Amino acid sequence: MSKTKIILGLFDDPDDMMRGIDNLQKNSIPIYDIYTPMPIHGIEDKMGVKDSRLGYAAFCFGCLGATVIFSMIYYMLVHDWPMNVGGKPSFAIPNFVPFTFEWTILFTAFGMTITFFAATHLFPGRAPRVMDLRATDDRFVIAIDAKGNIPHEDITNLLKQAGAVEVKHNERKYVSYE
Amino acid sequence: MASHNESIIREPLMTGKDITYAKITNDILLPVENKPNKAWWIGFTVASLGSLLWVVSISYTFWFGLGAWGLNKTVGWAWDITGFVWWVGIGHAGTLISAVLLIFRQNWRNSINRSAEAMTIFAVICAATYIVAHMGRPWLAYFTLPLPNQYGSLWVNWNSALMMDVFAISTYFSVSLLFWYTGLLPDIASIRDRATGLRRRIYSILSFGWTGSLKTWQRFETVSLILAGISTPLVLSVHTIVSFDFATSLEPGWHTTIFPPYFVAGAIFSGFAMVQTLLLVTRKVLGLENYITMFHIESMNKIILLTGSIVGVAYITEFFIAWYSGVEYEQYAFINRATGPYWWAYWSMMSCNVISPQLFWSKTLRTSIKFSWFLSIIVNIGMWFERFVIIVTSLHRDYIPSSWAMFYPTWVDVSVFIGSIGLFFTMFLLFVRVLPSVAIAEVKLLLKTSSEQAKKKLINENHLDPVEVEYYKESLTKFDSIDMVDYEKV
Repeated sequence: MSKTKIILGLFDDPDDMMRGIDNLQKNSIPIYDIYTPMPIHGIEDKMGVKDSRLGYAAFCFGCLGATVIFSMIYYMLVHDWPMNVGGKPSFAIPNFVPFTFEWTILFTAFGMTITFFAATHLFPGRAPRVMDLRATDDRFVIAIDAKGNIPHEDITNLLKQAGAVEVKHNERKYVSYE
Repeated sequence: MASHNESIIREPLMTGKDITYAKITNDILLPVENKPNKAWWIGFTVASLGSLLWVVSISYTFWFGLGAWGLNKTVGWAWDITGFVWWVGIGHAGTLISAVLLIFRQNWRNSINRSAEAMTIFAVICAATYIVAHMGRPWLAYFTLPLPNQYGSLWVNWNSALMMDVFAISTYFSVSLLFWYTGLLPDIASIRDRATGLRRRIYSILSFGWTGSLKTWQRFETVSLILAGISTPLVLSVHTIVSFDFATSLEPGWHTTIFPPYFVAGAIFSGFAMVQTLLLVTRKVLGLENYITMFHIESMNKIILLTGSIVGVAYITEFFIAWYSGVEYEQYAFINRATGPYWWAYWSMMSCNVISPQLFWSKTLRTSIKFSWFLSIIVNIGMWFERFVIIVTSLHRDYIPSSWAMFYPTWVDVSVFIGSIGLFFTMFLLFVRVLPSVAIAEVKLLLKTSSEQAKKKLINENHLDPVEVEYYKESLTKFDSIDMVDYEKV
């Protein structure tokens, strides 16, 4: 049994890579992941990736922000220390609007982005799990789990047919960063 | 398929021959991965001296108190708030480019959004320093926050526009920073994967472990779009709220409902002028002519022309409404602006902001780099005068003639202002050295659809309407980065 752990198809053109995905899918070879230097539009449909639910998270965080600041101002301005300014009502909703608006935005932005970082396992100092160093430069990489997907030569041929410039049979999953 | 062919009649967003994905990375990371050139060192030296001046004058202010400034009992707000509004306004272009243009799918934003957003952040930092400096006792800055305290608790005044400002500016700064940094992650990862040793380690920490996997990119795009969606109303709210600082007062010349839209238009106007000032130099010094093309310059000039005209209309409307309102204090405030002791400030503002941008109706001027740069400086000066006129001329003569006074800046006022410009440029110059000044990943998206070489390939395939091709070729003549000789035979 070969020691190959992961097979990488390296493409220099996103359209070729898309053809590579087609070739693999036609032959029922599961794709482990795809690494690209830029977002590729239309790839989600092809790979059957569901829409991100981050929008719902964003909405909830926005509602939370609005509630927090509105209650805070209500408590401070109306409940805890109401002030008589020329007999005007303490509960002057128009004055609440700018604050409520700003914190809706603030909570939406930070809540959603932190959710994104958490869901994608991004945080400062995380060891980058890179399979090929050029995937952030000029290579569009399809990764295939070598285990169970045999024969490896067939996979290599499918990738080459689609226009892969290089096919790597790696014994280590990630490029070591020491 | 991933890429499609864009219509030939659209101008290219990227020029240059034999551009590949690797070449884009190399070109953009050139200043990051190499020692800086002489032009950078000269700029950095000058900017650092400016920052030093800022440190000295701010320290002087803190040591001796606000009496070091030229303020008096009548004119209690002058250069500081002028500088504050000026800087916040400049910041607006960055968000406009990164958020509004993203929502409208204006792909030309891809090559300028990064540095424009950086500019936003640095401009807001400069603006914030004025607020803190004007507090006189900056160590009490936390008094602006609604914290429980021993006076009751006596809470902050939620009815005040200044309090709204605290929330607007802090939200604006932090959301802009978040938007900018999230967008930077893939590009920091590009630097990381090319670096070695300590550099790799530092950029590795900064990259948050970005890999560019399928799901990461998908979520990244969702996050960018939603951030853009919420930043758009945010940026409009910020200058609206800044204008409330004035509009909610009873001061003649300030108490007008036109202020919010008028301030927002002015902010975008001055912001784009500052983007031009920075990018025209940056593209030359860093050799980014192929990415920040004449199309970008012309587009920005068109926005300057549009917003400059809006500002012009607003000035005239203000004058008309002052007369139409029948309020004599209001009428006097405006007559005094144009003919009083500060007439020179008013007419500087008028000529810089209203008359000079109209020159951009001429295509020759709009596509001239030298003229664009010159005019961007003029607009920056004009917009500074706008704030000065609104603030100082309204304050110096209001309801009671016995308290009329003049404002004369001291050397500290002037030094804080010049120093903040130095601070801004120091931060910007450091930024272009350590982080990519153009969004690499986003520019790569343009290569197969909107680049000059992709369009040339289309022409060479000969399936296009010759009239459209002629039109396209004609539109290329203005580009300084395209050699028209290549198009003679096609």
